[in-house]
Amino acid sequence: MALVLNEEQVMLKESAAGFLAEKAGVAQLRALRDSGSERGFSDEVWREMVEMGWAGIAIPEAFGGLGYGYTGLGLVLEQAGRNLSASPLQSTVLVAASVIGELGSAQQKEQLLAAIAAGDKLVSLALQEGAHHAPLQSSLRAQAQGDDYVLNGEKLLVLDASAADTFVVIARTAGEPGDEQGLSAFLVDADATGLAIAPRSMVDSRSAGALVLDGVRVPAGNLLGEAGAAWDGLSRALDVASIGFAAELLGLSTEAFERTNAYLKERKQFGRVIGSFQGLQHRAAEMFAELELARSIVLQALHAIDDGEADLALQASAAKAKLCEVAQRVTSEAIQMHGGIGMTDEHEIGFFIKRARVVQHIFGDYNYHLDRFARLNGF
Amino acid sequence: MSDLEQFRQDTRAWLEKNCPESMRVPVRGFDDFYNGGRNPEIDHPDQKLWCDRMAERGWTVPHWPKAYGGGGLNSEEVKILSQEMARIGARRALDSFGISMLGPALLHFGSEEQKLEHLPKIARGEIRWCQGYSEPNAGSDLASLATKAEDKGDHYVINGQKIWTSYADKADWIFCLVRTDNSGSKHEGISFVLFDMDQPGVTVRPIKLISGNSPFCETFFDNAIADKKNLVGEAGNGWTIAKYLLTHEREMISGFGAAPKKSVGQVALETIGADATGRLANSVLRQNIAQYQLDTMVFGATMKRVGDEAKAGQGLGAASSIFKYYGTELNKRRNELNLAVCGEQALGWDGEEYNGGALSRDWLRSKGNSIEGGTSEVQLNIIAKRVLGLPDA
Repeated sequence: MALVLNEEQVMLKESAAGFLAEKAGVAQLRALRDSGSERGFSDEVWREMVEMGWAGIAIPEAFGGLGYGYTGLGLVLEQAGRNLSASPLQSTVLVAASVIGELGSAQQKEQLLAAIAAGDKLVSLALQEGAHHAPLQSSLRAQAQGDDYVLNGEKLLVLDASAADTFVVIARTAGEPGDEQGLSAFLVDADATGLAIAPRSMVDSRSAGALVLDGVRVPAGNLLGEAGAAWDGLSRALDVASIGFAAELLGLSTEAFERTNAYLKERKQFGRVIGSFQGLQHRAAEMFAELELARSIVLQALHAIDDGEADLALQASAAKAKLCEVAQRVTSEAIQMHGGIGMTDEHEIGFFIKRARVVQHIFGDYNYHLDRFARLNGF
Repeated sequence: MSDLEQFRQDTRAWLEKNCPESMRVPVRGFDDFYNGGRNPEIDHPDQKLWCDRMAERGWTVPHWPKAYGGGGLNSEEVKILSQEMARIGARRALDSFGISMLGPALLHFGSEEQKLEHLPKIARGEIRWCQGYSEPNAGSDLASLATKAEDKGDHYVINGQKIWTSYADKADWIFCLVRTDNSGSKHEGISFVLFDMDQPGVTVRPIKLISGNSPFCETFFDNAIADKKNLVGEAGNGWTIAKYLLTHEREMISGFGAAPKKSVGQVALETIGADATGRLANSVLRQNIAQYQLDTMVFGATMKRVGDEAKAGQGLGAASSIFKYYGTELNKRRNELNLAVCGEQALGWDGEEYNGGALSRDWLRSKGNSIEGGTSEVQLNIIAKRVLGLPDA
């Protein structure tokens, strides 16, 4: 597929840009933070997103979605990155819907994906247990008891934990940490007995939380796919998620860069605008080049999802690693080039580096994905 | 069968029949391409044969119009031709500055007479061209060039000196930037002229580089003559042509960074070995290689994206500057990694055991990639000013 946007995609991108800038920009994120919102996003704005079809943007039409594919979702996520828009687009639409799409039975997909697309259900993946993304190290136990499973253990960094109606909990029904075999995915409702949801205050002011599962009993029918065989599908869904978060980082970094470039043309020192200094010009030009490269790999990776390319894992790790690198560089330089004002809470640029840091970490940071990229290249 | 499918079959059959076996092996290096000219350097007799056969069909420049010695192929057909050539490992039949640099400029700015005169000779590899741009006092600041061309009615008399003239000692003709007027700003008064190097007023002296090779020359003009019919465009309008041509040069140089068949990571595994987990045994080197290969993949995606956007009528204005900057920096990184990976092997300078010192010489040569054709710093200036709109100091 040619690495260009078609007309439909350009329209989607433009309408997303307009809507999010007006309804879900940095000012709204600040207001959510200052009001101490536990859900971390505005239900009203989310409802409007649902009405525009975004909750089902990548979900096939057969399951009630728009069927725009992940390239379409990626464009919306890019705009969400630009505006730091808080919503369940990431937790539910990008991640959970992909996991369900990969692992769910036909009936589960019909029910859950349709509910997600209609905005009736928020779902979030509960995967990480330690300080780092290490999916094969999952050790939360699910013990078979009669027709049920009983789950015991803890999860961290569960996105939109306070708002989710249902969690997809990755658990071990067999094997040891490190094994691909034995990983299973369970649907656990937020009001399940024995489930404690602890909202955590995160650096990006978005809602993530920890789960403690203490003897949570679910019927075997809540398994997504076969017991012990979740790894392949989970792994593909994580690749999709990584590419989606790379798209968010692309928008976030581009916006942080453009705001910084504008500031370079406005701020005066030594009697002239600081953007006339070559020491800053070359750094700005290098960042621009890096951002153009970043845009290419994100688009190529999004196409790889929609085209069912065999090298999805490579594309995903390349996109996430590159975007982590670029986002870190651009947001750090954004603070430096803004100088003292960039260190203040009053200025908006600080919100970008905070959100970037969380997105960089989720489902594998630069170090994780560069290591994986090398492995996938055979060394 | 579609026309394109028919074209593919015909092309495949023709290549099978006409591409000599010896031209189906990879070139050993940049110098191994056939460059043509009045006194061509011929390492293998099949080089000229292959070039002549391809030129007869216009396939040394398949996308040029037939009237000028090209193949008159559309972009789909050009793609098929290159796919079919790649399929049998056929090397390019002719590689020259005439094709990559002067040709595009003449097609765009040349008069009909100039196109008919010069392009077919480029296509057939009869005339080898060199580029007279840089001067001792006009490197990054190219527009301050001082080589003077005096108007003598039907011809110009040229005096001055060029430097870094690639392969001037092997070239037959030169496309040259000269100053025809000193009265305006430095960008005005520059003209683009073509003339024969085989005349008493032209002297060429090769420059030996740190790599031990001499791809560049100093070129002296002492009352050299250029016929006025070989002034391209208007007198004083040469800077516009020069810039257009530079974008082609930048793209060519950035292409040096294209990934070779065997990745650096694979070579490193063979020379250094893996640890118990299958990772390259040296984790520091492994990270450097992974970063390089990641950037190479991302750069490749960007080349594809910009190509696709150009086809769709969109365009990234600063593409050639980004490619020149990034491609050459990548190529330098690759050469540094080659040295790190190959160790002692990469320190050899001469002899069969060191493959003629190819690794060390390529490494040294690569240092020039980010200088020639506009330094990395000049590319960053262009991006900062033209794209980002940052003001002059």
